Amino acid sequence: MEHDRHDDHASELSDMQLRTRALETILLEKGYIEPAAIDVLIETYEKKIGPRNGAQVVAKAWVDSKFRQWLFEDGTAAIATLGFGGRSGNHLVALENTPAVHNMTVCTLCSCYPWAVLGLPPLWYKSAPYRSRAVADPRGVLKDFGVDLPKDTEIRVWDSTAELRYLVVPMRPAGTEGWSEEKLADLVTRDSMIGTGFPKNPGDAS
Amino acid sequence: MNGAADMGGMHGFGPVVPEKNEPVFHADWEGHSFALNMVTGVANLWNIDAFRFKRESLPPPEYLNLSYYGLWTRTLELMMLEYGVATPEELKTGHAIAPFKKAERAITAAECDNMVRCARPFSREATEPAKFKAGDKVRAKNMHPRHHTRLPRYARGHVGEVVRIVGCHVFPDSHASNRDEDPHWLYTVRFDGRDLWGPDGDPTSTVSVDAWEPYLEKL
Repeated sequence: MEHDRHDDHASELSDMQLRTRALETILLEKGYIEPAAIDVLIETYEKKIGPRNGAQVVAKAWVDSKFRQWLFEDGTAAIATLGFGGRSGNHLVALENTPAVHNMTVCTLCSCYPWAVLGLPPLWYKSAPYRSRAVADPRGVLKDFGVDLPKDTEIRVWDSTAELRYLVVPMRPAGTEGWSEEKLADLVTRDSMIGTGFPKNPGDAS
Repeated sequence: MNGAADMGGMHGFGPVVPEKNEPVFHADWEGHSFALNMVTGVANLWNIDAFRFKRESLPPPEYLNLSYYGLWTRTLELMMLEYGVATPEELKTGHAIAPFKKAERAITAAECDNMVRCARPFSREATEPAKFKAGDKVRAKNMHPRHHTRLPRYARGHVGEVVRIVGCHVFPDSHASNRDEDPHWLYTVRFDGRDLWGPDGDPTSTVSVDAWEPYLEKL
């Protein structure tokens, strides 16, 4: 079985590799794109835009109460002051986790995700298990991540069915009083901004 | 349409399995599939809703058997064929076959960088006032159109509460036909877990969707 699965995977790889290359070659030969356009897009999302952006937003919301308020009132304008926005960040809505309310985001229809602050989504976010279960069994999904919320915590699931993009602002970990924004940002994990995890504890800071 | 993409509430896909230290792309071709789809968007050959409609129109067995970027590449093949950017023979040989129509101009790296970073809101000027306000109870229509729609099946027919008036936004159902932005008021509507899923639902959970006015009816 293991062997079969591996073969299937490998054959899809080479098939898709060839088909994708065919599309690219045709578009280049017909003059639709410059080769550098492809490179800049890959490099941007591999190296420049990722969850470090969102971590910066969250850390600022933890220390700056005016920014925090603005972030919840007009997320798009607030993140723009940090230089974030544009593609999949044109309409950003920040969601506030509290001791009583836990927020979690999903795109059941495909893979909408706040690229501008989190980069491209992980595979599990785009997968059928997450898309099918996040709305009907959020606690079960959280268990897959090792997250166990108190029984009476309200869970709000946000299905990204339009061009709004959601960013969860997790609660600031205890024991971080007086920390700088930069140090706090190191505690903010990608999953804590999707709602399937928590920030790291102060003792786990890298 | 009621396609394989609309997965909310389905059973049988198993647990969510996160991958440790996951790369952004798992193979070079995935990055290229991603970039090609972005760049054809910049070239404005078709709009994002038309692309989504094509993707969700794939027969369910095909949709479910393709990897994520496999799905993107497959959809791009179909779009290039439909919009006359490539012929079946060209897809087979992997090259442009003369005589062909040359593009008016090539999309540059600077234009792509601009697309990534610059704001391009989907909100439009409203021509009439919003029908609903925050706090209103509304019912998501029981509808099953054959065309593109963004109202997931699990919400249809259920009663929820408007929690936010988002604004007047491009309407994907019309936009996917590539003809008209047809802006409509957009709302965030929250449903109770028990209302959506009955006794199998989690009473401590709510689910919200972003729903355009034509998806909703007054109670």
